[in-house]
Amino acid sequence: MSEMNTPVTAKTPSPEEVALIKKFLNDTTLFLGPDPEIMQNHDLMPRTEMEDECMRKVGDAHTIAKIRDRIQAGCDEGYEMVEQMGAAPGAKWGDVITGVYSASGDLAIASAGGVLIFSALVHHPIKFIIKNWVNEPTVGVREGDGFIHNDSRYGNVHNTDQSMILPIFHKGKLVCWVASTVHEGENGAIEPGGMPSMAESPCDEGLKMCPFKVVENYQIKRDILTFLQNSVREPKLQYEDMKVKLFACLRIKQRIEETLNTDGPEALISTLRTTMENVRAEVKRRVSQWPDMTVRTYIIQDSTLRENCVVKINCKLTKTGDRLIFDFRGSSPEFTNRPTNTIVAGLKGMLAQVFLCYVWPDLPRGQAAFAPIEVITDPHSIVNCSYDAPNSQSLMSIFTGFTAGQHAVAKFLYSCPEKYTKVHAPTFNMINTFIWGGVSQHGETLGNLCADLNGMGAGARSDLDGEHGLAPIFATMADIGEQELNEEDVPFLQLVSKKMTRDAIAPGKYRGGQGYTMIAATKDSEQWGFMTTCQGAKIPPIQGLFGGYACGCYPLSKVKGIDVYDILLNEPHKFKHSIEEIMNEQPFEDATYTTHHMGMGFEISKRGELFMISQGAGAGYGDLLERDPAGVIRDIEEGLISPGVAERLYKVKFDPATLAVNQDATAAARDAERKDRIARGVPYAEFIKTWNKPTPPSHLQYFGCWGDDVAKLYMGSPDKFRDANTPRPNYMVHPKDVRIAELEARLHALGAMGGEKQ
Amino acid sequence: MKVLMTEYLRIDLDTEQWECRVCDHTIGTAAKGYKEGMLVYNRDPREIHPPILDPEKYRFTFSPDPEWVRILEYYCPHCGTMVETEYAIPGHPPLHDMEPDLPALRAQWAKREEVKEPVVGPAVVPDQGHNH
Repeated sequence: MSEMNTPVTAKTPSPEEVALIKKFLNDTTLFLGPDPEIMQNHDLMPRTEMEDECMRKVGDAHTIAKIRDRIQAGCDEGYEMVEQMGAAPGAKWGDVITGVYSASGDLAIASAGGVLIFSALVHHPIKFIIKNWVNEPTVGVREGDGFIHNDSRYGNVHNTDQSMILPIFHKGKLVCWVASTVHEGENGAIEPGGMPSMAESPCDEGLKMCPFKVVENYQIKRDILTFLQNSVREPKLQYEDMKVKLFACLRIKQRIEETLNTDGPEALISTLRTTMENVRAEVKRRVSQWPDMTVRTYIIQDSTLRENCVVKINCKLTKTGDRLIFDFRGSSPEFTNRPTNTIVAGLKGMLAQVFLCYVWPDLPRGQAAFAPIEVITDPHSIVNCSYDAPNSQSLMSIFTGFTAGQHAVAKFLYSCPEKYTKVHAPTFNMINTFIWGGVSQHGETLGNLCADLNGMGAGARSDLDGEHGLAPIFATMADIGEQELNEEDVPFLQLVSKKMTRDAIAPGKYRGGQGYTMIAATKDSEQWGFMTTCQGAKIPPIQGLFGGYACGCYPLSKVKGIDVYDILLNEPHKFKHSIEEIMNEQPFEDATYTTHHMGMGFEISKRGELFMISQGAGAGYGDLLERDPAGVIRDIEEGLISPGVAERLYKVKFDPATLAVNQDATAAARDAERKDRIARGVPYAEFIKTWNKPTPPSHLQYFGCWGDDVAKLYMGSPDKFRDANTPRPNYMVHPKDVRIAELEARLHALGAMGGEKQ
Repeated sequence: MKVLMTEYLRIDLDTEQWECRVCDHTIGTAAKGYKEGMLVYNRDPREIHPPILDPEKYRFTFSPDPEWVRILEYYCPHCGTMVETEYAIPGHPPLHDMEPDLPALRAQWAKREEVKEPVVGPAVVPDQGHNH
């Protein structure tokens, strides 16, 4: 054994030595990567001496309310500016947040509309700037500076979101920050649109902007701007929206300065801090009203967007006193070469949405609403991925994580007499839309997506059906936008849009809101294509509530070998207005009709080929046999469900011609079904004897814990797993290699390889 | 004192039993999961989410794949009400989904009036705007 390997007793360094080591490490840092101290913490920063002093001087509730309203109005004004002037489709439908941050970097007051997921995770880059650039002589933070950021490993959801961040000074002293964040779309990744599902490493994900200075003296630096424009497919978008975000920040700055002039900096600082501390305290009080309980649920992702497999999002939610703890241990290990991983801050951001949008929508928007809630995850898991893991499709994990949270929270809320919303079954959680890119009919290079991602069906409530195609779970106050306006800029049409997809249902006493069909076809460009980035073609991505069912599944359908525009011109009677009719009747001769999961990598579309998808339904609530028969008939009349399916599931008897309900026959059919349930149901103890299996099924690639044993994470088969606390690489084979191997095996079996040398 | 826990379940804090709110059937001890007192049915998901596309022609049909996921339906053994559903990977042990802390629940409700009808929560009321 060499001397180097001989273990020695470690000497505990003295405080002086610790300080020296720390100074040495700080002075010689090779690379300022994402800082775990910042990135793992979502709570408020400690109250500073300055904040303490300001709160002592200005504590009058009326003054604070007045200033808070004024700052809130300023944030909303900035939000409106971005929404109205922004070039990104995301800006137009409200995928935006503007806000005012404390001097320590906490988001104190955010715009009321838009994407509130941002409220819990846009503070990290500001804290990075404070920690690293304020005292860095080659950078510094001065009046007139502005910083840009998009790398999600330093904060935010994914790299398609870009922030502009400005420090606000008063008489030379930093008093707060303002920032504006937009889902910009294009960012120079290997696929257009900013959310590549083909990314196999962070290097495939386009621009990687850790927070850096891009504005001086309130002017965008042209050399850096040119570099950024040169790195993306949409240079016009990059420039325009940097200007828009900068000017929105300047407007909020103007409103802050007006407050500083009338009320002074102490009042402003006290307002920001008091608002956050009050919200945090109120959240703890509200949590204390819930029952002390543990609720368990899991949500399944059925693909990595490249291949179908079973990926578990495991959630145990425990409430004790005024503590609420989300425990996501047991969720799938991170994928080393698939982009569906998320940094843990993204997960926390979506969980904050559960509360800000669905549980306590009355609370002021900001970081404080989620600050006291705790989150536990395994290291290097799909919900807390490492620096080296791609995360451009983090939406898959934060959305399913959201649903786990929404499902668990509902079971706490039911018994709590103090409610701010109705108990709510899970809303649909996938962005069933087309991401698009290429060269437009105007010769411009574009890459972005249809706003229909905002058309998620809402979950049913305890006394109401869910709303159809309502709003995205990440922004309940966002819009779907006008497709006709979008079509002026892009070379494709949605031939069918906003027509509800019949029988794609989530039944219950109150049914989930349904989704609508989209049929798109390229028209005026030979260089144009689509991608889709959703899960849920084999396993529903949500759960039902209190006996309600989840939604079904949603595939992608394609019709190729046709030009639908020629058909519409010459044989218009052949065109049908539903996926069901087109795919089942196959009305176009010589066309190919295929179905796929919803993880279509970017694919060039020829003129007139059909790409067809449907938005999803929110979950149902309660036993479907309790559904008012009139509601079932209304669903038939509105084309949501076919008469045969309605009768079979809901046990409603009606006249097929008039749809008049036979109440007595319905009651009898429902009684008979309840008796049938008792006859066919198996006592739990008997059932689990045959149902429960010790390991995941061998016919599925399964990732995550099995049952309650969260210490063991399966990695694709029953005999491949890792210890939850000991990360291991988790590579997936290229789907084409898998397919080639399957086909070669068949050729071998047939003896048809022809003696090919290996 | 009884606490309404879900649309169909309540806990009797005195007897520490789960009860069915539809038929008053005593399901079992609240120290364990209510599912242990239920009947369970392993449902083919295609029966609830019917194929919209012809399964003879296509791999993906809008129906869940029955080899990938099943629906566990939990029925009250007395009245047949479907108390809960669980979309489960084949063979995955059913979840102990609600595990209340009974002493804490009793202490919390000792300070409250019994609630016999569920509190629905506020409705979303459309803003009427500014008018005179």
